[in-house]
Amino acid sequence: MKLLTHNMLTSHVQGVIKGYPLIIKATEVKVNELEFSAPFVSRMIPKLEWSLISALNCTLIPDYEKDEEFLRKVHRILLEVEVVEGCLQCPESGREFPISKGVPNMLLIEDE
Amino acid sequence: MKLKELESCLQQVDGFEEPKILLEQYLTSPHIAGCMLYTIHNTFDDIQNKLVADLGCGCGVLSIGAAVLDAGLCVGFDIDEDALDIFKGNVEDFELSNIDMVQCDVCSIGSSFAKKFDTVIMNPPFGTKHNQGKSHLCCCFLKTAISMANTAVYSLHKTSTRDHIQKKANDWKMKMEVIAELRYDLPASYKFHKKKSVDIQVDFIRFTPT
Repeated sequence: MKLLTHNMLTSHVQGVIKGYPLIIKATEVKVNELEFSAPFVSRMIPKLEWSLISALNCTLIPDYEKDEEFLRKVHRILLEVEVVEGCLQCPESGREFPISKGVPNMLLIEDE
Repeated sequence: MKLKELESCLQQVDGFEEPKILLEQYLTSPHIAGCMLYTIHNTFDDIQNKLVADLGCGCGVLSIGAAVLDAGLCVGFDIDEDALDIFKGNVEDFELSNIDMVQCDVCSIGSSFAKKFDTVIMNPPFGTKHNQGKSHLCCCFLKTAISMANTAVYSLHKTSTRDHIQKKANDWKMKMEVIAELRYDLPASYKFHKKKSVDIQVDFIRFTPT
C-alpha cells in the first residue's frame, strides 16, 4: 500500500462519523522505485490531506511546482514507500484493517 | 505504443485459475481491454500522468494496461483476495511500480474518494441469473465510479441496458457517450455454459460531469 493510496482511505465502520485518517501500524515497509513524473506529483499535491505528509517531516512549500527537489521528495514518500505488512486502525472505532502482502483489506463483516 | 503492441502485451496477463461464478469473474480479453485503453489514452488523454482507479479489477488487465500506458498511479479495487493474488503476480511479472490495490466492497466505498481520481475505468459485473439479487450491481459500481472520478468514468455495460443506464446518468447529472459497441465473446469458463462461447453485446461508455 502506497502512502498516496493511504491518504485517501477511510474507515466505513457503522456509526463512525470520521474514520479518517487511518492510523498506520506497519511491521514491514519497503521502498519500490518508480519513475519520477513532476507533472503527476504537482497535480496530486492539491488533492492530498497534507497533514499526513507533514507528519513525515515534509512541509508544504509555496511554489512547489518549480521545485524539483521538493517534488522528488514528495514522490518518494507518496509513491515509493510501501507498507507491506501491518494494519490500518480506524481512529474512531479502533477497528483494525489488516495489510497483507501490500494490500489493505477494508472489508467489514456483516454486523459492522 | 500501437494498439497491436498493447494487445499483445496484455496477452501476457494471467487470468483466473478458478473463476467464481457469483462474482462474475472472467478476464477482460486483451483485445477489448486494449481497445478501451487505447481510446482512453489516445483520444481523451485520460491515462498518462493521471491517477486512475480500476473498480472490480480482478486479475488486473485494465490496471496493467493503464500502468503500461504511463498512468501516474493506477489503484485496483476488488472484493476477492484470490483475484488480487493473481493481480499481484501479474504486477511482479510485468515489473510495474505504478500500481496499488485495495481489497474492499466497491458498493460501499463511494464517499471515501470523492473526486480524488482523475479517471475511473472498469468492466463491472453485469448481474447475471446467478446473482439475480445483485442485478443492480453494475449501477452500484457506476455510482461509486462517478463519485470517485474527477474527469471521466469509462465502463462497459450490456447494450440491452443502455436506456436504463442513460436514465441513471441523467439522475446523477452525468453526460453519457457511447464510444463503441463491442461484442463480448465470453469463453465457456463456467461449467454450466452449454455453448462453446456466449456472445454479449456491450457498450463502451464514457461518463463525464455535465
